[in-house]
Amino acid sequence: MKRLPLSKKLFSKNNTDNEVGSKIPTDNTEDYYASQWSLIWKKLKKHKLARFSLAFLIIFYLGVIFADFIAPQGLQEYQSDYSNTPPMQIHFFDTEGNFHLRPFVYGIESTRHPETYRKVFVEDRDVMYPIQFFTEGKEYKLLGLIPTNIHLFGVEEPGEIFILGTDGMGRDLFSRLVIGSRVSLSIPLVGVAISLVIGLILGGISGYFGGWIDAIIQRIIELFRSFPTLPLWMALSAAIPAGIDVVMMYLYIVIIISFIEWTGLARVVRGQFMSLKNEEYVLAARIAGVSTPKIISKHLVPGIISYLVVAVTLAIPGMILAETAMSFLGLGIRSPATSWGVLLQEAQQIDNVALYPWKLIPLFFVIFSVLCFNFFGDGLRDAADPYKR
Amino acid sequence: MLKYILRRIILVIPVLILVSVIVFFIIQLPPGDYVTHFAAEMAAQGETLTQEEMDELRATLNLDRHWFVQYLFWMKDILLHFDFGHSFNYDEPVTAVIDRYMALTLIVSFITMAFTYLVAIPIGIYSAVKHYSIGDYIASTIGFLGMATPNFLLAIILMYFSYVNFGDPLLGLFSSEYENAAWSWGKVWDLAKHMVIPIIVIGTASTAGLIRIMRGQLLDEINKPNVVTARSKGLSESRILFKYPTRAALNPIVSTFGWTLSNIFTGSTITAIVLNLPIQGPVMYNALLGQDMYLAGTWLLFMAILTVLGTLISDILLAWLDPKIRTEIKGG
Repeated sequence: MKRLPLSKKLFSKNNTDNEVGSKIPTDNTEDYYASQWSLIWKKLKKHKLARFSLAFLIIFYLGVIFADFIAPQGLQEYQSDYSNTPPMQIHFFDTEGNFHLRPFVYGIESTRHPETYRKVFVEDRDVMYPIQFFTEGKEYKLLGLIPTNIHLFGVEEPGEIFILGTDGMGRDLFSRLVIGSRVSLSIPLVGVAISLVIGLILGGISGYFGGWIDAIIQRIIELFRSFPTLPLWMALSAAIPAGIDVVMMYLYIVIIISFIEWTGLARVVRGQFMSLKNEEYVLAARIAGVSTPKIISKHLVPGIISYLVVAVTLAIPGMILAETAMSFLGLGIRSPATSWGVLLQEAQQIDNVALYPWKLIPLFFVIFSVLCFNFFGDGLRDAADPYKR
Repeated sequence: MLKYILRRIILVIPVLILVSVIVFFIIQLPPGDYVTHFAAEMAAQGETLTQEEMDELRATLNLDRHWFVQYLFWMKDILLHFDFGHSFNYDEPVTAVIDRYMALTLIVSFITMAFTYLVAIPIGIYSAVKHYSIGDYIASTIGFLGMATPNFLLAIILMYFSYVNFGDPLLGLFSSEYENAAWSWGKVWDLAKHMVIPIIVIGTASTAGLIRIMRGQLLDEINKPNVVTARSKGLSESRILFKYPTRAALNPIVSTFGWTLSNIFTGSTITAIVLNLPIQGPVMYNALLGQDMYLAGTWLLFMAILTVLGTLISDILLAWLDPKIRTEIKGG
């Protein structure tokens, strides 16, 4: 473990004030004036795992924003001739060993397996389809605004490119994975935002005013927490009326997963408010006649914001898993909309997985994104804690 | 101490009442009720129910009343006759249905629990003693993966491996030849074989969490002055380890027993659905979908009670084990 000399000395509990002054290295005095956020950022950058996780999360969310552009096919497109095609290989060398700077895929043809008579796909090495970038495809609206038909990559007709294979209906798994990430990765953000608003308000009131209001809110929180999360989610999802449109469905699911989550955030806010409200600077503000809302928004909230960011980051993975589980059981997002959980439904039958193992690919995206959020949250927590080495 | 326990138990009662009201409210939320579901089923078989027949059925089942009145009826039967209502789908009392699945549910849960502790505590100790060693990194990585992988998906992966390697996905808890057979050694062996995947799957998340707690606690304890003193007196390393830091580090593990138990119990639900285990999960899933409201409600209530009791047990254990909290209770 590398020691961070300045923060260690500056914040170490054992040092008295005058000792600190003498121990500060001269070349780092700018840290004296650095804001809280730049200090956190500085520490976060030294946390390798958190840095990598942040990079991957940025890539994931760029994928969410530009999903239509990255996905070679739309959500509704299917090729019934190509159901359950395995992932295609991308080649740089042709059969004669010549190197092609532009990668290409071979054509695919289906044959029957000699024994099982099942349809199997083999590469047709006679035809080559070079991968085109910024190629024209299905119309869509970039960012929901600009109508265009340019996709990141694709191959010319009649070639097909399924880099992660297709599902039972012949839909490109990669496209569905990218488009599905929009739901899977945005639900946690919206859910956490709702939880945060409720948690801030109720936790803030509870912590700042204390007394009987605090007692009541605490009892409510305890009540919510005494529900078993998973069975409650299942019961609530089962209550979603069938046949409602996708947007409503989305809202219902967000509300269901925030149903219990807000209590955790409310507890964080309450605890922090309780310790902060007795600090001298808050007392000073109160004596100076600053109004309560202003004390809360100007003095208390900035003081707890680093804790909140950490709590929020660490709340997200649970929400990703919750949405995946619900959709997987058919209680969450339903087709025609899709999410990683919906994609995994095809992996429910063991025969299906045994024959077409690429249907497990969405699973790795779930695990990977959850891990990234966990690592990033851990790194953030270490960075935000001034007493941590 | 006794006063504290009593006060905690009394505090639980209003929570349980409110929980049961909310449970019932949620259960009757889905649009339509059992009668519409029943009518749809009959229609699928070519029989149609008239509106009057449906209303009549509703009246006999008390489904035409306000939900709160229905709730009061339900509670009255539970408290007076221990009657949790009638399962429409099974056409049996709810208690009979739950009874049938309870033994196996408990067996699976408790074995999983034992597995969790038996695996987590030694690994946690190892990770702390040899921290930043290769073994610690491996344990931490597996722990992280275990927490990030949703149980039910781990179930699919293990089923896949079992299918590829042994030609049998080991679905359910019994092979078909033992399903209805009387208990014999063969059946027990068959059950044990089928239990491996569920236990690993259901236990992984809790195990991963416990390893982290154990490791963190032990790392805090291992450099305390009492350990240094013990070492300077010349006690053997293993004696030092088990006598002082491990005992102190076990406190939070023991006190979270209640939470772990209810986590395992509720956490097994989805796994059981995927693995098709004959325990409570799939039964209740179908009850929820089939609007079998008393069965689903009883199950949700049961889970909620278990969670409340789990917290109660944990709070009491915490107070009992931790001298600091104990004096706080005595003082105030």
